Amino acid sequence: MATENNNVPVLSIRDLRTYFHTQEGVSRAVDGVSYDVFRGGTLGVVGESGCGKSVTALSILRLIPTPPGEIVSGEIQLEGQDLLGLPMKKMRSIRGNQISMIFQEPMTSLNPVFTIGNQLSKVFRLHQNLSRKKADKKAIEILYACEIPSPERVMNAYPHQLSGGMRQRAMIAMALGGNPKVLIADEPTTALDVTIQAQILDLILRLKKEFGMAMILITHNLGIVAKGAQRVVVMYAGEKVEEADVSDIFERSQHPYTKALMNSIPVLGKRTKFLEEIKGVVPAPFRFIPGCKFADRCPEVIAQCLETRPQPRERERGHWVACFC
Amino acid sequence: MKMPCNERLGKRDFYKRDYLRGMNLILRNPLTTFGLGIILIVIITALFAPYLSPYPDQGRGFSNLDERLLSPRLKHPLGTDNLGRDILSRIMYGARISLKAAVIVVLIVSSIGVPLGLLAGYLGGKVDEVIMRFADMILAFPSLLLAIAIVASLGPNLINALIAISLPWWPWYTRLVRGQVISLKEMQFVESARAVGASELRIMFRHILPNSLSPVIVQATLDMGYIILYLSALGFLGLGTQPPTADWGVMVSDGREFFLTQWWISTFSGGAIFLTVLAFNLLGDGVREALDPKIRWKFQRT
Amino acid sequence: MAWLVLVLLGLCAITFTLSRVVPGDPAAAYLGPRARPEQVEKVRVQLGLDRPLPVQFVFYMRDLLHGDLGESLRTHRPVMVGILGHLPASLELMLSAIIIALLVGIPLGVLSAKKENTLTDHLSRFFSVANVSLPSFWLAMIFQILFFRWLGLFPIGGRIDTVVSLVNPIERVTGFYVLDALMTWNWPALKSAVAHLVLPSVTLAAYPTGLISRMTRSTMIEVLREDYIMTARAGGVSEGEIHFVYALKNAIGPTLTTAGLCFAYMLTGTFFIELIFFWPGLGTFTTNAIYLNDYPVIMGVTLLMAMLYVTVNLLVDLLLAVADPRILLG
Repeated sequence: MATENNNVPVLSIRDLRTYFHTQEGVSRAVDGVSYDVFRGGTLGVVGESGCGKSVTALSILRLIPTPPGEIVSGEIQLEGQDLLGLPMKKMRSIRGNQISMIFQEPMTSLNPVFTIGNQLSKVFRLHQNLSRKKADKKAIEILYACEIPSPERVMNAYPHQLSGGMRQRAMIAMALGGNPKVLIADEPTTALDVTIQAQILDLILRLKKEFGMAMILITHNLGIVAKGAQRVVVMYAGEKVEEADVSDIFERSQHPYTKALMNSIPVLGKRTKFLEEIKGVVPAPFRFIPGCKFADRCPEVIAQCLETRPQPRERERGHWVACFC
Repeated sequence: MKMPCNERLGKRDFYKRDYLRGMNLILRNPLTTFGLGIILIVIITALFAPYLSPYPDQGRGFSNLDERLLSPRLKHPLGTDNLGRDILSRIMYGARISLKAAVIVVLIVSSIGVPLGLLAGYLGGKVDEVIMRFADMILAFPSLLLAIAIVASLGPNLINALIAISLPWWPWYTRLVRGQVISLKEMQFVESARAVGASELRIMFRHILPNSLSPVIVQATLDMGYIILYLSALGFLGLGTQPPTADWGVMVSDGREFFLTQWWISTFSGGAIFLTVLAFNLLGDGVREALDPKIRWKFQRT
Repeated sequence: MAWLVLVLLGLCAITFTLSRVVPGDPAAAYLGPRARPEQVEKVRVQLGLDRPLPVQFVFYMRDLLHGDLGESLRTHRPVMVGILGHLPASLELMLSAIIIALLVGIPLGVLSAKKENTLTDHLSRFFSVANVSLPSFWLAMIFQILFFRWLGLFPIGGRIDTVVSLVNPIERVTGFYVLDALMTWNWPALKSAVAHLVLPSVTLAAYPTGLISRMTRSTMIEVLREDYIMTARAGGVSEGEIHFVYALKNAIGPTLTTAGLCFAYMLTGTFFIELIFFWPGLGTFTTNAIYLNDYPVIMGVTLLMAMLYVTVNLLVDLLLAVADPRILLG
């Protein structure tokens, strides 16, 4: 899948299936998803809440809670090395080190009873085996890089003493500490004040370039995708429905779902009576649906859509669509 | 003046649905069912002791000096005590005392604690402060200690023991009810009652009180086990039921003299206490888990 | 702070009321059955019993502030002296018990939370419920039969072997036999003191262990669901560290509060344990007083224990503030 400068995928996911076993049945949160992340590239993953974009990311790091959850099948490779079969000890050395993740809620994602400095320098102590003093020094450096004023003070502060934006910067610092090859950002700005959102996004994009990382940017906000991503994967009900360069997704989308999404974006200056919406609801993850999961809401549905599940096919160079249309 | 219809729907319906669903969840847990089973056995034994026990006279206290200190055998499955009385019968009669005590204490504690909690929560202000300060002062004492002191002052007999257990206990219920009342009085149906012209007293008793009783009932059921434990502790010290009435705690104490050789007197009577308290605790845990919405939500976000 | 004073005052008021509710005439009880009416009257005046109640309360408070809790009806020695003399033995017992309860209860709770809903979890939960349901006096006797009579592993009671106490007597430094024996290098006495301490403290520790492990388990389960645990895992922290460092520090608060509440249990539990294990502590002192209707002792002990309980809970609150930075800095 090459439209990048580098043809080498840093991270590659093949036919991943992650299911959850609950009292109500089996929930197929991720049901056969494949995509690649290229060195230095940014992959945006968009979709509604519950479409499986976060679960895919958690599966990469094997952070799925295993009593109810299970990575049923699939392959995930980091620079050719299989991750799913790795012993947990090795997996832990990859987490926070070669692949890092930042989460949506800075309010609750930091441990309230430990100082920022403690939590941040832990990364250095753990993965680079540094002494406490050296680790603290590096922590201060990286806090600077994350545009945090007076890092020494922040080192000794507790999470509840900082604002949301500062906390998110601290989280970013923690993620970057190990100089990872891949950064997974799961809705990094959604929970922040609108005024701070742009700042944080800019920070993330700048640091990504500086550190030379690849990034998976998970969001439901198309504006963020437009700004930050180079390639985009659109997910629906646990499946990948379309994948293309960002401009193609916005201007020449081919899957009916993507088209509907683009249509529903209000355009500045254009006055409409009603906002466009997609009629219907996302199917419950417990139901097993033989054909295409979007069929019951699709304006272009044909008989085949109800019987067979469409697989992603490369319609044009670098543009994959899972549809019979 | 009749209250408008929609007012009757309130939290009462909620609780009914929860109860049915709760019963299902309770019975799913084997330990809870076990606890429930034991409690039923105790209740039946207590109610029908004169018909069920092999030697009802001995259960009531008549001695049989020919058969003192017999080890467990067919004729006396749990042995006999130092006055020749059949232990099994005594334990069965002991169940009557224990259950009677539990019910009486719960009644006393509720009749003191609930109204005070209602007043404190609803009226607020100075009344609330005074009542809660007093309650906190009593709670500052280790409760069994206070109970011992009270019985020691009043004189050792069953009634005084029941009073002594109730007095340190009611503040918990006051707190419980007060909390409920405070959250209830902000609710819509109180506003509508007031708007229709109901008096404060009527609101308190007809609307708020019934809705705040559910947690009290649950708590009271759970507490019964501990009430039995307290009574047996007082009995052990000689501060509760007086001989010849059969009381589990007293039996354990009676058996102490002979304990190293005739172990069955204290062991079985103490075992009865343990099983009963265990049963109430297991039931209590099951009820609490069944009614807790958080535990049922195991599936997290996608 | 003012609140604390009010509580203590209230405690005194309650104990005072109780002591005046006593049936019969305290003065007559003081002198014994063979006293003559004039003597009784004299003592009544002496004890201030002829004054109106509020005045009596003032005298009561005044005496209290001087550390005077009255005199034992039996020995006529000051109650306070009796209490202080018997206190170290009980404290040694209670401290050992709470240490055992924390050392066993907390790891058990953490383990149970980690393996939520597995067999290990169910077994340990049952263990905790059983512990909480046991009558302490019964457990004490069962232990005696099991470990003394049948297995012969531990002594039946007392604080120290009589022979040892004569041949290697312990020098009294703190009143704690184990500590004192340790500090004076008295090995035979140390061995004996520890052996005698085992059964009583384990029995006393049963209920607190159950409570502590239950509380730790439920708090840990909630903490483990929090987002910051996920962040730590995503950073590559090991499971052991996540449970015992990252999670536990958040969960320890309610557990400590529970431990403080357990103190109340132990104050009364010690009555039964000491009685059965012939432990010469405050419990034995008080139970004897109960049998003999020695009201000043009973009231004095009640008051003192209540005050102790209030103080311990205060200390626990302070500890909590230290452990959770949100309380102080929030």
